[in-house]
Amino acid sequence: MRRTRLSVGIVLALILAVVSTACSQPQEEVPEARPLVIGATLEPDGLDMTTVAGAGTPFVLLRNVYETLIELDGEGGFKPLLASEWTISDDLLEYTFTLDPAAKFASGEDMVAQDVVDSFERSRSEAATGSIRAKWDPVDTIEALDEDKVLVTLSQPSNMWLYDIAGPAGIVVDPAGVDTLDTQPAGSGPFTFVAWDQGNTLKLQGNPDYWGTATRFGEVTFQYYADPNAMNTAMLSGQLDIISNLTVPQSIGQFEDEERFTIHEGTTDGEVVLGFNHRVPALQDLRVRQAINHAIDREALVDSAWGGKGPLIGSMVPPTDPWYEDLSDTYPYDPEKAKELLAEAGYATGLSLRLRIPTLPYGPPAARFIQAQLGEVGIDVEVEELDFARWLDQVYGAHDYDMTIVSHVEGRDIGNFAQEDYYWGYSNPEFSELIEEADTGTEEEQVAKLQEAARLLAEDAAANWLFLLPNIVITTTEISGVQPNQTSLAFDLTTLAARS
Amino acid sequence: MVLRRVGVRTAWLLASLLLASLLIFAATNALPGDIAQVMLGTNATPGEAEALRERLGLNRPFLVRYLEWLWAAVRGNFGVSYISGRSVGSLIASRLSVSVWLAGLGMIFAVLLALPIGAYAAMRRRHLDGAVVSALSQVGLAVPAFWAGIWLVIIFAVTLGWFPAGGYVSYFDGVGRWASHLALPVASLAVVQASVISRYVRSAVIEVSHEDYFRTARAVGWSRAGALWRHGLRNIGISLLTVIGLQLATLLVGAIIIEQVFALPGLGSTLLLAVSQRDLGIVQAIVLLMVWAVLLINFLVDVAYQLVDPRLRRGGEIR
Repeated sequence: MRRTRLSVGIVLALILAVVSTACSQPQEEVPEARPLVIGATLEPDGLDMTTVAGAGTPFVLLRNVYETLIELDGEGGFKPLLASEWTISDDLLEYTFTLDPAAKFASGEDMVAQDVVDSFERSRSEAATGSIRAKWDPVDTIEALDEDKVLVTLSQPSNMWLYDIAGPAGIVVDPAGVDTLDTQPAGSGPFTFVAWDQGNTLKLQGNPDYWGTATRFGEVTFQYYADPNAMNTAMLSGQLDIISNLTVPQSIGQFEDEERFTIHEGTTDGEVVLGFNHRVPALQDLRVRQAINHAIDREALVDSAWGGKGPLIGSMVPPTDPWYEDLSDTYPYDPEKAKELLAEAGYATGLSLRLRIPTLPYGPPAARFIQAQLGEVGIDVEVEELDFARWLDQVYGAHDYDMTIVSHVEGRDIGNFAQEDYYWGYSNPEFSELIEEADTGTEEEQVAKLQEAARLLAEDAAANWLFLLPNIVITTTEISGVQPNQTSLAFDLTTLAARS
Repeated sequence: MVLRRVGVRTAWLLASLLLASLLIFAATNALPGDIAQVMLGTNATPGEAEALRERLGLNRPFLVRYLEWLWAAVRGNFGVSYISGRSVGSLIASRLSVSVWLAGLGMIFAVLLALPIGAYAAMRRRHLDGAVVSALSQVGLAVPAFWAGIWLVIIFAVTLGWFPAGGYVSYFDGVGRWASHLALPVASLAVVQASVISRYVRSAVIEVSHEDYFRTARAVGWSRAGALWRHGLRNIGISLLTVIGLQLATLLVGAIIIEQVFALPGLGSTLLLAVSQRDLGIVQAIVLLMVWAVLLINFLVDVAYQLVDPRLRRGGEIR
């Protein structure tokens, strides 16, 4: 009997504790520098950007914890970061970078030219993933000329290389922490890494001794949400300062209260591509690919599948690239034309194609729309949904598909169409040559050649570029300095400020 | 006698656990798609995934990997997450506390709600109010916990702002904040579970009220409530224990979804994430733990039977 009373007592005490504390408002301490809580959906796949490829890692670490010699501005141009200046030789082969004399690591150690050399050598060694390593292919030698000068000599000119070293391939790591970068990132950025609680939060801390303009933020928490709606309600209930990227644009109306929220809309580098498997006989026929392009009303698709947000593009180029031109009208919506083209190609009686898509937010709604529209012109589409890991295995790895939809978020990735063994299997020597010439030419030549390449890709209907993922950032009205366009993989905290 | 039977049960428990471990390891290995591909994403060069698999040791024979994993697991070592490099054991330990609080408090509140509601519905079953209570619990039965959760969030987090809409704060960071973060998810689980359990309580109470000893107690002047309290509870206890045991298993599953809705870093949400990333070490450890929990709950219900009902201690087989 005594035992019963005791347990009843414990239960009552528990209830009392929960009820009494739940009714009082949580009390937050007021730290010196303002904390920042950011909602995000894409978790890192690891902490060492040179050994993992996902976009979740550079999203939090690039620019904030790790820095590069140069960085991209909001319009896709280069500006100095760790290197205060750089010169390029006339033959476009020698790059001399001068380090900012103030540059030092978050550990307090000065950054010298040899640290840059070591970081670069690490990025192109076997330790790095193939995709990072590949970005160093044009480079012959990397050497420290003195304490603050680095000379990189290329074996062939490459415009892409300069762009690439503004990304994960070009981060400069603290030599003292190089052996533990996969658990404890160590760089020279305005923030230091605190902890990553997988599936929950990743925390950074403002570095008050940052060599540049120090941030006014103290602890920055990236709170991860598997369910984007849970992220939205957290924002609505005041738990978040920022939604770093609204992945359900249909829900944007929830944040219309201008007293509380600011909606920032811009562009990303994420082209949502209806990709064709060019190894499939029917899709090798230009007329079939053109028919599919004509048959899909992409404006209506964006309305139905993506809340009407997201600009139409017509090739593999986002508007923030210097060689962008509007090609979205190359194949206007014209189902009659589509039927004619199909008949010409010998598919008047019908064609069956498998559309295998990943279960990412844009996949299933876009696929249903495409299935309906292609059905109207006589293409029978069988939709199959795969979780992303299976998609990577079967579609990306094994090329087992006819059509698929995936957003390609890497910057300046038009060159993927020049890789014949890539999952699209697109092969066009003329296109590959243009990509090559663009990379090895002058800056002006690069722009001209890539414009030509993008047009060629569009006319060849190498894919159907459905739309460009919009960059929709929601902040409370206290936060300012959000860059509307996301031109790199980083969620750059350095431009943010808070009124309070 | 009891000890021997508990011994047999324990042996069964261990055998089931061993079999479960083999099935879990085989099933997770049969999942299409692998960690190497996930880590490399859409920029992998051909052959690179193969090289990474080799480096991670995923290309070795199934049996070798299974035995290695089992031997390490028996010693409490579940390896490290391929994704974060963190020890799976420590990751699960931190997630376990969230899930145990969620499921535990959910069940405690469910039972505390269900007992008076069920008893009331039974005692007043021939009256309108009793019927209304019954009908309401029927409605509660049909409501999925996540739906209840979404409404609780809309009302108490978004509109009234009394509680946070999600996330978790450890009790070491403040008991008040901890409790406020758990309040809504616990409530969503408790409301739904209470509906289920109160229906069992109701029928058990009705059954008891037909028993001779209950009528005798009433005849010697006990009130209905008094008689129920004095004689009924222990008899209801047995069937209630079974129900709670069974419901605990469904509660674990319900908690997975609730953890998603409230962004709680519990075992369930961790499991889903690990499956999507093919971080199999985590998947295997969590599924093993869940299977183990269900087996253990059944085992404990069996043992508890013996303690609650002395008749079962004498009579041969366990029901």
